[in-house]
Amino acid sequence: MFKWFGKVNFSPYTKVSDFAQHLKDGRLMGSRCKKCGATSFPPRADCGKCLSGDFEFVEISGKAVLHTYTKIVAAPTGFEDVVPYTVGVVDLKEGGRLLAWIGESIAEKEIKIGMDLQVVPRIFEELEEIKVYYSLEKPGTTWGRASEGGAA
Amino acid sequence: MARVVIIGIGHGVFGRRSDATVQELAFEAFRAAIEDAGIERDLIDASVIGSVPEYHKQRSLSGVVQEYLGLNPKPVWLTEVACASGSAAIRTAWMSIKAGVHKVVAVVGCQKMTELTTPEILALMGRVGEVQWESIFGTTFPAYYAMFAQRHMHEFGTTHEQMLQVAVKNHHYGSMNPCALFQKEITMEKALASELVATPFNVYDCCANADGAACVILADEATAKKLSKKTVWLDGMGAATASMSVLRRPDLVGLPSAQEAARVAYAMAGVKADDINVAEVHDCFTIAEIMAYEDLGFCKRGEGGKFIEERRTYIGGKVAVNVDGGLKSKGHPIGSTGVSMTVEIAKQLRGEAGERQVPGAGVGLTHNVGGIGQYTFVQVLRRE
Ligand SMILES: [Zn+2]
Repeated sequence: MFKWFGKVNFSPYTKVSDFAQHLKDGRLMGSRCKKCGATSFPPRADCGKCLSGDFEFVEISGKAVLHTYTKIVAAPTGFEDVVPYTVGVVDLKEGGRLLAWIGESIAEKEIKIGMDLQVVPRIFEELEEIKVYYSLEKPGTTWGRASEGGAA
Repeated sequence: MARVVIIGIGHGVFGRRSDATVQELAFEAFRAAIEDAGIERDLIDASVIGSVPEYHKQRSLSGVVQEYLGLNPKPVWLTEVACASGSAAIRTAWMSIKAGVHKVVAVVGCQKMTELTTPEILALMGRVGEVQWESIFGTTFPAYYAMFAQRHMHEFGTTHEQMLQVAVKNHHYGSMNPCALFQKEITMEKALASELVATPFNVYDCCANADGAACVILADEATAKKLSKKTVWLDGMGAATASMSVLRRPDLVGLPSAQEAARVAYAMAGVKADDINVAEVHDCFTIAEIMAYEDLGFCKRGEGGKFIEERRTYIGGKVAVNVDGGLKSKGHPIGSTGVSMTVEIAKQLRGEAGERQVPGAGVGLTHNVGGIGQYTFVQVLRRE
């Protein structure tokens, strides 16, 4: 159900669609190629190294370091009600990068390139339909997780 | 192998052109280029259109432009690589002449961006990045370049004031360009006081959408020598790409596609960065011009801020950059911009740029970037 992913979703159909189910259950997943072992975040179904289409999801810690960020004041369609918001790009501990909003646990004046952050899976509580995303929070932030085996 | 030559150039007025359709805009630039070349229209073997289709109500734009220019039944095709579509069109025209398929090719960059309503533009704006993993967080075009700017500031101590010095320079030269959208000088105070868009950028860090067209006519060497005395030589043609997603770039302080395209273009033309007298670089945002100085080798990585602060890219400095006003002042009709750059360099190398002429310009360069550096085209042009 990849259409769950993001406040506005532009790509509901993908070979990595279980990513959104895992995120809903509180797990952040990257991908690993079953043939050559290459890992990726964001996850990809088709190996960028050996071209194999045989992959599996692997959970990553979400530990990250802020690479860069910006506070957006002029928002596109679908984001008018959350503006202004700050997006950050982080370097993930296990490799790869991720882009997300900087969450409420961090005050604007505390934001510094190079700071440690935690990627936290989240659900939009205020929306009726299921909408999941992740945000960048203070290290040590905890969140709820579905029991193991509950995921698709 | 035979060289490819620019034999005619034409440039329409960029701006809010509610007086004209996109094919009428194309015609303005085309007619000027034909008159400049002094050739009959039926000498043209083919035409290439540089444009980004999603801005136009007319689907399959090439057809309506080709008809309006009176070029049927000659072949036409469209090239699209976002803001670099114009240079991609020049590249395919150059390829067709190099291959010996065509002798004389018209390249028309044309774009009407003000046909769309504000909600339509805001919706398009939200899909400028990679849509699966990035656009879902409401990223925008300025936001991406703003993140490059923040990282550049962090790594090299570049300042927002240095970025705005790019805007001040480009508006200064734009005040001398009758085809520019904004023909007024700006002050640093005014630039600093303008409204915030995405930190650190405010309005004066960003270029504006515009309507407009530009045209160049290319020919093979033998035909050019028969037809024209105003020749400019297209000697270095570099093109390269980088990942769509900024998450998969090696760093966020430069554009690897620009570095690679420059390397290829310099090698093909047999020149070095130091040989360039005048350049048109893709200043869609102020930081983009600073990164261009570094990616093209005009200065070392990290020294771009100091380079503009010391006025090294004004006329009389190390290399004159965007002395037609750049995207900042001309406006950015995205499919036309690359062709507009080539027109300006040809004008400079022919010594016809008037009060913004770079004295003795012999070697020029264009640097046209698509998207957030997913595509870059670099051309090296020579007077002789
Ligand atoms: Zn593999």
